[in-house]
Amino acid sequence: MSNEHSMRRVTAIRNGTVIDHIPSGQALRVLEMLGIGGKSSVPVSLVMNVPSKKMGAKDIIKVEDRELTQTELDRLALVAPDAHVAIIRAYSVAEKLTINLGSEVSNVVRCTFSNCITTNLREPLPHRLKVVSRDPLHIRCHYCERPQDLDELIKNVL
Amino acid sequence: MAGLITMDDLTNEQIINILDDATRLLPVAKGELYLPLLQGRILGNLFFEPSTRTRMSFETAMKRLGGEVVNLGDVKNSSVVKGETLFDTIQMVDGYTDIIAMRHPRQGAAQYAQDSARVPIMNGGDGAGHHPTQTMLDLFTIRQAHGTLEGLKVVLAGDLRYGRTVHSLSHALTRFGCELIFASPKLLMMPEEIVSDLREHGANVTETDDLLGSINDADVVYMTRIQKERFADDDEYARCAGAYKLHADHLGDVKSEMIIMHPLPRVDEIHASVDSTRHACYFNQAFNGVVARMALICYLLGVTVPADVESEGGAF
Repeated sequence: MSNEHSMRRVTAIRNGTVIDHIPSGQALRVLEMLGIGGKSSVPVSLVMNVPSKKMGAKDIIKVEDRELTQTELDRLALVAPDAHVAIIRAYSVAEKLTINLGSEVSNVVRCTFSNCITTNLREPLPHRLKVVSRDPLHIRCHYCERPQDLDELIKNVL
Repeated sequence: MAGLITMDDLTNEQIINILDDATRLLPVAKGELYLPLLQGRILGNLFFEPSTRTRMSFETAMKRLGGEVVNLGDVKNSSVVKGETLFDTIQMVDGYTDIIAMRHPRQGAAQYAQDSARVPIMNGGDGAGHHPTQTMLDLFTIRQAHGTLEGLKVVLAGDLRYGRTVHSLSHALTRFGCELIFASPKLLMMPEEIVSDLREHGANVTETDDLLGSINDADVVYMTRIQKERFADDDEYARCAGAYKLHADHLGDVKSEMIIMHPLPRVDEIHASVDSTRHACYFNQAFNGVVARMALICYLLGVTVPADVESEGGAF
């Protein structure tokens, strides 16, 4: 792949999703949260620590031939609540999606505490996490009230 | 209908109202008066792990007020061993009863049960989580002895790390402006996040490993059991636990109205010589589990405790 081609892929995609305004250094976490890794077949471009007027520095991810679902947006809200998400069709922005990190995150991830009642996956009620504070992000399980570590939560995506 | 999962479910005013109700219900709890306020109501006792005092006092509380009790019984003989979810168990008991008392080894189980049920759930302990009905009876006992909950000096001693009782009680006492002294071996100190949370809520907290040096100006000394299995070896246990044993000889210079409490069972952290002193309050505290739970059940079921229990109640 030529360097020129690679640059074009970063600057414009034909169809897919662009996630912009990701906090600097968080792009890999975003990919992990979205389950987009080395094994996924879609092309992914990633730019980290680029200058941003608004944020100082930011990360950008472009995922080709894949449009994020609402569930994926809910997961994204946990790691990049202020990111901008655009759906690209035929090289144009077809849709701008809104990320909404409310006071509660339901059935997106499950509690990381090993003795929480929700570790029995046969229990049918939704997995609920309360957003205690948004900045810095502070999350607790609705049931056991244990604080949740984001790096651990990523492993518990539903 | 809302139950009691953590002490945060009650305002200070609601706590005081329930304690007032409990005070009026004392002759009923003692069996001196018959007052069937809960006649026709059924309590479901769901204890998924062993309990003596909590289960029995819930049952006694219900029966003293003319109500009935159904028990889950031994978990080993229930549907739970067949793999029934907590949700399904609650659906069933919810249909059989008007209120549920529950203890479960998993943290968050009480909230989960409340979200699954229509009837109120009373949390009788969920893993290392909360035990608010114990806190209610502790508050009742303290107020009974001192006439107030405000501004007391309370020493909490022993295993402060793992004891859910002392965690809930510390938060509640902070809400009433008490000064807290945490006396424990280094290994069993109050978890840092709880201490900082208490301080954020305005608590005046002192941490020490010197129990005997802390009791002379205390209004309450709340002892807890130090468990052997928390320590790496027997010698370390013996060295640490030895400093957290109260004997009548230690009480010579304490305030005359100071009370010694313990959630029980005790092993040897309170010597039998203390039992006959005026400070021993732990058996009365265990009895208060009945009256505090009577008032709580009435509150959660919306049953008014009469202002004049004596004239409403009948003799046996």
